[in-house]
Amino acid sequence: MENTYYNPADLAKFGNISELQPEMGRKFFDYYGEVFREGALTEREKALIALAVSHAVQCPYCIDAYSTECLQKGADENQMMEAVHVAAAIKGGAALVHGVQMMNKIKELTM
Amino acid sequence: MKSLQGQHHQLADSSFQLEVLQAPSRQGDRLPAFADRLQAHGLYPLRPTGTTILQVNVGKMCNQTCRHCHVDAGPDRKEIMTRSTMQLCLDALAHSPQITTVDLTGGAPEMNPDFRWFVEELSKLGRQVMVRCNLTIILANKKYHDLPDFFRKHGVHVVSSLPYFQASRTDAQRGDGVFEKSIKALQLLNAVGYGLEGSGLLLDLVYNPSGAFLPGSQASLEAEFKRRLRSGYQVEFNSLFCITNLPVSRYLDYLVQSGNYDSYMEKLVSAFNPAAAAGVMCRNTVSVGWDGYLYDCDFNQMLELQVAHGAPQHIRDFDAAVLDERDIVLNQHCYGCTAGAGSSCGGETVS
Repeated sequence: MENTYYNPADLAKFGNISELQPEMGRKFFDYYGEVFREGALTEREKALIALAVSHAVQCPYCIDAYSTECLQKGADENQMMEAVHVAAAIKGGAALVHGVQMMNKIKELTM
Repeated sequence: MKSLQGQHHQLADSSFQLEVLQAPSRQGDRLPAFADRLQAHGLYPLRPTGTTILQVNVGKMCNQTCRHCHVDAGPDRKEIMTRSTMQLCLDALAHSPQITTVDLTGGAPEMNPDFRWFVEELSKLGRQVMVRCNLTIILANKKYHDLPDFFRKHGVHVVSSLPYFQASRTDAQRGDGVFEKSIKALQLLNAVGYGLEGSGLLLDLVYNPSGAFLPGSQASLEAEFKRRLRSGYQVEFNSLFCITNLPVSRYLDYLVQSGNYDSYMEKLVSAFNPAAAAGVMCRNTVSVGWDGYLYDCDFNQMLELQVAHGAPQHIRDFDAAVLDERDIVLNQHCYGCTAGAGSSCGGETVS
């Protein structure tokens, strides 16, 4: 097998993280399950948010899991790509808004 | 597109399909045998709970060639139930008052030349008739245009496949232009009262995922389908049945061809739910093939896994009491009906 940092088969082993710290692992997965349960937001809306966040944090496991989850929950391709654009807009905007800081510094240092 | 049989495809052979399905468990026990999983939950051998539904496959002829079809139905399939076999079904039903529902499937059941006669006779027997209508058949030819009225006249419960509320995934699974025709057919059914509150005319939709993934929550998908179909096309329906695609025939071919077979089987196995297993449809249904032979379900029928020896093998020998004592025939594809919230011809089996 190729040496890579990411192995798709590791996604199915996510639950194994509890082996080294069962109590915290259990609490995390309980919390995780609660977060994705239908509430004020539908499960489909939460899956789309998770898909966008997966792209923002650039987690290939999450992208794999939430692309599948969005399909299963009936999201369409447009909704999924729009969610990715929301992530892109926030990430791009977050970089650009720091341009103001750069401009402030330019003003401070130049005549 | 031709059926697998028309292509002389290896997977048109049911024994080859079973070989593919059983291979992973033979090669190092990577996937546990389905019967062993049932045994671990005290459900083996799986026994009927009492037959209340007779599912009759009146033929493999269809005007569509859907990519996921477990029947391998299509315009090139000529297997069709004769009127004399239908009469045997009627005779069996006359002696089986506990069977309250007759579920007609195909192919496109309406393409059987004796379809209407059969529905009329079943209605006379006072049974609830359910028809698995692919919708496009209503528009396929002038002679089918009055089907909505015919269904209404006999109070037929119409169950129609619609894999998605948009053309993209519907057409990918069922063929180009199918979505548009399906919407028109749904509007025609609505026009005679189907799916409308207070009409008593039931129109349910069937959702099969269009790809190698499992269906999500039925309640949530039903709400989304209702919202999208109402706002986009003024279409109304009663319930959405979510059905998991079983690795049989053309869907099995899709899984193998697309490289998804192993991961899909793993998904089914890891989603095994004993509560869903306890509620599988083969426990209250007997399936009749186009030639009158009896099976535990439509999937077993396509894999040519007849009901267990000792039970009547053909509709001419039908005896519900003896059939209710049989052991249900199982194989690896049965994982499809027991994954997650369960899957049956009526959708989820676990609420």
